[in-house]
Amino acid sequence: MATKHYPTPMLDVLEEGPWPSFISGIKNLRDNHPDERIRNVTNGVLGQLEHSYETRMGYWKGGTISVYGYGGGIIPRFSEVGHMFPESKEFHTLRVQPPAGNYYTTDMLRQLADSWERHGSGLQTFHGQTGNIMFIGADSKSYQGFFDEINEYGWDLGGAGPCVRTGMSCVGSARCEMSNCNEQAIHRHLLNNFTDDVHRPALPYKFKFKVSGCPNDCMNAIERADFAIIGTWRDEMKIDQAAVKEAIMKKAAEIGKEGDRAAGRQYMFDNVISRCPTGAIKLNDDDTMTVDNSNCVRCMHCLNVMPKALHTGDDKGVSILMGGKRTLKIGDLMGTVIIPFMKMETEEDYERIKELASTVIDYWAENGLEHERCGEMIERIGLVNFLEGIGLDPDPNMIKQPRNVSYVRMDGWDEAAEAWFNRKREEKMAAA
Amino acid sequence: MAAEMREPIESGCPDGFQYMHPVMRRNYGQWLYHEDPRPGVLVHVARSGEKVWTVRAGTQRILDVFTLRKLMDIGDHYGEGYVRFTIRSNIEYMVADGAKVEPLVKALEDAGFPVGGTRNSVATLSHTQGWLHCDIPGTDASGVVKAMMDELVDEFKGWNMPNRVHMTTSCCQINCGGQGDIAINVQHVKPPKINHNLVGNICERPSVVARCPVAAIRPAMVDGKPSLEVDEKKCICCGACYPPCPPMQINDHQYTQLAIWIGGKHSNARSKPTFQRLVAAGIPNNPPRWPEATAIVKKILQCYKEGARDWERINEWVERIGWPRFFEVTGLPFTKYHIDNWRGARTNLNSSTHIRF
Repeated sequence: MATKHYPTPMLDVLEEGPWPSFISGIKNLRDNHPDERIRNVTNGVLGQLEHSYETRMGYWKGGTISVYGYGGGIIPRFSEVGHMFPESKEFHTLRVQPPAGNYYTTDMLRQLADSWERHGSGLQTFHGQTGNIMFIGADSKSYQGFFDEINEYGWDLGGAGPCVRTGMSCVGSARCEMSNCNEQAIHRHLLNNFTDDVHRPALPYKFKFKVSGCPNDCMNAIERADFAIIGTWRDEMKIDQAAVKEAIMKKAAEIGKEGDRAAGRQYMFDNVISRCPTGAIKLNDDDTMTVDNSNCVRCMHCLNVMPKALHTGDDKGVSILMGGKRTLKIGDLMGTVIIPFMKMETEEDYERIKELASTVIDYWAENGLEHERCGEMIERIGLVNFLEGIGLDPDPNMIKQPRNVSYVRMDGWDEAAEAWFNRKREEKMAAA
Repeated sequence: MAAEMREPIESGCPDGFQYMHPVMRRNYGQWLYHEDPRPGVLVHVARSGEKVWTVRAGTQRILDVFTLRKLMDIGDHYGEGYVRFTIRSNIEYMVADGAKVEPLVKALEDAGFPVGGTRNSVATLSHTQGWLHCDIPGTDASGVVKAMMDELVDEFKGWNMPNRVHMTTSCCQINCGGQGDIAINVQHVKPPKINHNLVGNICERPSVVARCPVAAIRPAMVDGKPSLEVDEKKCICCGACYPPCPPMQINDHQYTQLAIWIGGKHSNARSKPTFQRLVAAGIPNNPPRWPEATAIVKKILQCYKEGARDWERINEWVERIGWPRFFEVTGLPFTKYHIDNWRGARTNLNSSTHIRF
């Protein structure tokens, strides 16, 4: 027997319009799903959501639940208005780690949908802001069974609470010519080195790894990750001069001046040459390009405009920035360069990045205050103390400019300067 | 009981290669360049000469299993069974056969999934959880996105913007989302209302005190019960106390409003990454379609479209024309609330005679 539907006049308005409607989707489950349990829970959640729309308030409360053996990974949701909408009084979300780059086969997504339908509400999201697959709407009886089922075929929970969180990686080397690193390998080496810290929240607060294969940073890693890995290169960028010439004439045609070489050149001056942040590119009279690679900051703009003509170099690696985060609680912080460049090729390279991450997390776990992100700790103690704490030497790539306040104790200057010269000598010897 | 429980397999992040299109697997790290045959479609060419086409479509993000299966049916019948999702919850279908692109685009459009979101378009708004399943939301998220994308769908499907526009929403001031070229974020304008009967039983008071960024919360006895009190003059209404202490209700049907921030840019292209800046506030949180917020967003987009040069992101456009002109062309009021006023704010003040007349 069909149960009574909660009226949803405000939500109904969101069924109109050209963009796909989540309301239509939830209603479809409510009205047409063969399983009465799913029809009921979606009816309840629509009722509560309509109530939120009418009163302009939220009605979910958190709590503490997890699957057997883990301490996190599930976002508990108990309704404060469960007496009004008892069908969905528990509506927990399971966070599941996707593969780096969010690749799936249609078969795998069907298999996940089938499992979820057997246990949960039938609602899911690809993906939440942290990067998890969100299976939204399990109750206390069902989440363990769902997890057990998908865990058997290769899926594991992500992080929730003060722990290492699920990572995010861009499309990367799998499809993008701009990529400078193996995002799949970096992502899995890091995340799967910390599974214990993902599943058992015991850190001061959240810690996020994000991997972008180039400085376009499609994963927003610098602003949003405690540990941002950005692919880059340090040798010369590659120029296909024939393709530069082709691009000039192609641009001329695109702006409606077919065959007008001067118009194509002007476009390149306006959109490539003059946009280079360090003035490192020259367009020569013969339509070839010259790049001052020693002053190129790898911003990616010229490569973005001319992907066929300009390419990244061969000596690829990553830059690592630490301490990025969103607003809570001292305002947004961009990450700071900690490792200007490191190669990511050999097993030793991967060991080194894992060791670095472990050192940083250990130092932060030891010194961070409760609910303090790594970047907030760096701000509180100062970058120099952080560097000393994790055993790294200062590098001018870490700063925008040197200090402008003279009030500082400098009685260690001579030793610091000597250490700098010694490091430079060692680098030179290592390079020789 | 515990003896019957199953031990988890701590497999962590799964291997992505098993789900990649074979052409992508074969040419991993060997891509040479890409082209954009039409909005929503990319073709990537590998050094081997192999190509892979990608068709990108918008979704409602909150997917029901019926819609997910519909998307998979399209992937099986018109694609090659391989998909991925972008950071903004668009679905992408990868195919090695270019002849499949047009039928795939048509199938998606016919099923109601707009194809677009590439290059200089307005990308899908990324969003947070909202009233649907967050425990501290000031507004909905999925609904705001649906309402705005209904109005911006043509910009999603076209290439009419000077450069890409990334828009986001965030349903509280902690902001798990809400960073990008245009961010529509919650702004509370009144301090939390405290239910003193519950604080002593529910909240770990010292950690709530410690959570306040401006030290406005202190322990207090209220009506003979241990509770907390807020110095309302100091309170910045951020709501940071609310998650650890639900009796400190920050959300309000009237005083929880929306604010719009612009110019957040994550890419290092041309200029360094930038934060978004406040441009408009006092916007009513007005479900189900939030028309006031949408109108401001559309106005900003229109000014950007008309005023910016090719490749300029919103922050770069404003940087070039100056903030006074931004407020002039958009017609938005400039107020004292736009001026940062803490110790580090000096970097946001104009210490030069660079003034446009």
